[in-house]
Amino acid sequence: MRVGVVTFPGSLDDVDAQRAVRIGGHEAVALWHGDHDLRGVDAVVLPGGFSYGDYLRCGAISRFSPVMTEVIAAAERGMPVLGICNGFQILCESHLLPGALIRNDHRTFVCRDQRLRVENASTAWTSAYDEGAEITIALKNGEGGYVADAATLDRLEGEGLVVARYLEHNPNGSMRDIAGVTNERGNVVGLMPHPEHSVEALTGTGTDGLGFFTSLAALAGATFA
Amino acid sequence: MPETHSSLDTVAVASGDPSREQPWSDLGLKADEYARIREILGRRPTSSELAMYSVMWSEHCSYKSSKVHLKQFSEIPQETPVGAMLAGIGENAGVIDIGQGYAVTFKVESHNHPSYVEPYQGAATGVGGIVRDILAMGARPVAVMDPLRFGPLDAPDTQRVLPGIVAGVGGYGNCLGLPNIGGEVVFDESYLGNPLVNALSVGVLRHEDLHLAKASGVGNQVILYGARTGGDGIGGVSVLASETFDADGPAKRPSVQVGDPFMEKLLIECTLEIFAAGLVAGIQDLGGAGLSCATSELASAGDGGMHVELDRVPLRDSTLAPEEILMSESQERMMAVVEPDDVAAFLAVCAKWDVEAVVVGEVTDTGRLQIDWHGQRVVDVPPRSVAHDGPTYQRPYARPAWQDALQADGAESLPRPSGGAELHDTLLRLVASPNLCDKSWVTDQYDRYVRGNTVLAQPSDSGMIRVDESTNLGVAVSTDCNGRFAKLDPYTGARLALAESYRNVATGGAVPLAISDCLNFGSPEDPDVMWQFAEACRGLKDGCLELGIPVTGGNVSLYNQTGETAILPTPVVAVLGVVEDVTARTPSGFAGAGERIVLLGETREELSGSEWAHVVHGHLGGLPPRVDLAAEKALAELLHEASGQRAGLLTSAHDLSDGGLAQALVEAGLRHMVGARVDLAGVAGGDAFVALFAESAGRALVTVAEGDLERLGALAERHGVTLTDLGTTGGDTLVVEGHLEAPLLELRSAWMATLPAAMAGPVTEASLA
Repeated sequence: MRVGVVTFPGSLDDVDAQRAVRIGGHEAVALWHGDHDLRGVDAVVLPGGFSYGDYLRCGAISRFSPVMTEVIAAAERGMPVLGICNGFQILCESHLLPGALIRNDHRTFVCRDQRLRVENASTAWTSAYDEGAEITIALKNGEGGYVADAATLDRLEGEGLVVARYLEHNPNGSMRDIAGVTNERGNVVGLMPHPEHSVEALTGTGTDGLGFFTSLAALAGATFA
Repeated sequence: MPETHSSLDTVAVASGDPSREQPWSDLGLKADEYARIREILGRRPTSSELAMYSVMWSEHCSYKSSKVHLKQFSEIPQETPVGAMLAGIGENAGVIDIGQGYAVTFKVESHNHPSYVEPYQGAATGVGGIVRDILAMGARPVAVMDPLRFGPLDAPDTQRVLPGIVAGVGGYGNCLGLPNIGGEVVFDESYLGNPLVNALSVGVLRHEDLHLAKASGVGNQVILYGARTGGDGIGGVSVLASETFDADGPAKRPSVQVGDPFMEKLLIECTLEIFAAGLVAGIQDLGGAGLSCATSELASAGDGGMHVELDRVPLRDSTLAPEEILMSESQERMMAVVEPDDVAAFLAVCAKWDVEAVVVGEVTDTGRLQIDWHGQRVVDVPPRSVAHDGPTYQRPYARPAWQDALQADGAESLPRPSGGAELHDTLLRLVASPNLCDKSWVTDQYDRYVRGNTVLAQPSDSGMIRVDESTNLGVAVSTDCNGRFAKLDPYTGARLALAESYRNVATGGAVPLAISDCLNFGSPEDPDVMWQFAEACRGLKDGCLELGIPVTGGNVSLYNQTGETAILPTPVVAVLGVVEDVTARTPSGFAGAGERIVLLGETREELSGSEWAHVVHGHLGGLPPRVDLAAEKALAELLHEASGQRAGLLTSAHDLSDGGLAQALVEAGLRHMVGARVDLAGVAGGDAFVALFAESAGRALVTVAEGDLERLGALAERHGVTLTDLGTTGGDTLVVEGHLEAPLLELRSAWMATLPAAMAGPVTEASLA
């Protein structure tokens, strides 16, 4: 599949996401924030970083970039979209996913190898995992605390829309230990930890993150353009 | 400031009004320096010229006290084990060949005084400045590292300074997308009131992409791009970096720069795209001394002339006077020299990245640096006189009167633990001590994964980065210095810092190639300090000659003292090595049970300046450990030969330094919670205390598969390295036969608790549970 990776001003993990896409067996296509063009890709990754310096509010400015108009429209047609860290923040700002991400409860940036449980293995980005699989992937964020009102949290839990949950240690004060969520259709996934840093044994935290990128293979042939 | 818009001090005014009183003293110039400026110009300087000379002739920019000693580094052959250096001392950063068409540039710099005044911004802009130096060479920055030094962990000011500095290093580096792969966190009383924030960056480029800082080609356009110029950091260089802190002095806060890492990230990507398109003839970053430095250095390294229209400089504050614009140290700015035909394309790349860019001048053949302000000439100087012809001081230096007494007071005669229980207590106390404890409270605030090429990072001995994904070529870097050793004997101390950094790079399997240094000392006006500095330089030069590796560049930071008390002499040495196959690097922790544990190198009864003497007795005296660089070289060659890249014998390797063998055993074991059973009868004549806590140089702790011990022995013998079989890995305790058995969980608790507890732990496991 052709998987687009968007570069915003201040994106940092775009090269990592492109590498992960390739290792996951797909073609990585660079997308530019200023273009109204998805270049015919089959799926999109919004990578981590500090787009627009996190100024105003994380993801708040990127959400209005030209490429996001196209990403939002494609997501609504069912195109798989994965937002990692800053990408997750942009998806929440875009209202493709519910909730918001706020400053870590301990007020400092944290980088660690994080245990997670995959709670929903039926999304476009998690089908390669077994439901309940426990994995370790890199986590690094300053504003990774997932928050939503109680009704939204109850709905997410009730409808199985929590994709991943922190295990052993909640690194940022996220409500109900939520590390990632999906939309009802399962094509849009937001995740605070960084699976793209966990795709090679040599670097990062091992290869537990690769499943997020290989899962797309199950969708080969589908078109959302 | 000396002048305002309403009374512009032009060259014409200066010529017609030769006797006007000028504030040269307030700007940090001495009477003879001011006289020299008048002599160079044949008139009094304008206030703008005075501003330029004062910042460029400051200690920080001109190296006026240190350059007579730094000169000797150029006596070292400008060649690494791989080949000739591609750029050396004097450029923004040195560039070395690592093979396969790749080159690497790296440099370490200080940002000590600003970080004391305003910890977050001081540390942040330290990272930003060194990254721009690397970028200016044409390289993509790929990693950073930060050697940090603080006063005692429990001192109230450390509680103020440390969290701010760590957050600043992280806040800036994380936002640039550069992995932080190592560094140091050291505590000592002498750094209270004068913390050290050194920042290192590594960049990678293809040979053909090397760019040098020079303004050549008459008619070429001079473009200033990046952030707007504001009032921050005005006189930061002369006011902050070149003066000793005085408790009664005025607040220095206005002189600290404020960083915007988002702008720097754009600047990096924009500049790399400009390089790739071949649009620059010369380039320079704006750091200390801002435009004064960039214009005078570019002009003097090129064809000798430059004309600048200063009123074209985009400002954040429209009320700034020309003197202030010339002195401003606003961050995230670069200056490029561009051929006229390339200007449009250059500006288009800047526009793509939302980076403001303005043509501010052009290269001329006048031999003069001429700067106009709204059509009136405010600067007309020979650029070399500003950039390179600053004063040179032969500062008096003499071996301190107290040095002999200090060296006579060795730690070898201090009371030692006797018996297993006391050894056990000593071990626990040391692993929990501030200098030896776990530093993840600091390093977990840094992104070590970004860019996906981090092979080794803290707590490994060195940081290691993959350079090429297809060939697995990589580089390793380490920074080290034991300031206590340097105080006991600065010559040997500098050589020990070099040896440790060299060894740390070698333990990962890399071949050390070159060094950069950051020489942090007290006031050069104190002959004692100047002697320490001279001795350290001599030690580094001799050491590099013996090891056959060049000094690629570095930085000097003087006046590191509050009142009369200088910091420990702290010559931080960064060694960079090449790794032909990063997949075959040697990790630093015990990987599994049943492996042979081997000590390489000789252990002597060397306890003076050790962590044991410092922690248990609060003692500093005696002579530092002996340093034998031929032995270090042999050890490094053995570590490379035995690594996965050659013989494939080593399953782990850990450097022995602070805390000695005891600390190496603990750190290697805690990495993957693999215990060890060792017998120290064959070390230091069977004295377990000396074996565990002596800090002899030239040693490493390695493991091999049971069946490989003989082959390692043969290899060690060929390299002339002493090998002692200590025992085997396994279990969940550290056992020293006949002396102690410490559970790994107990060691880990002690090792990990110290920093979070002292920092009232915002990121401790406990506080989040």
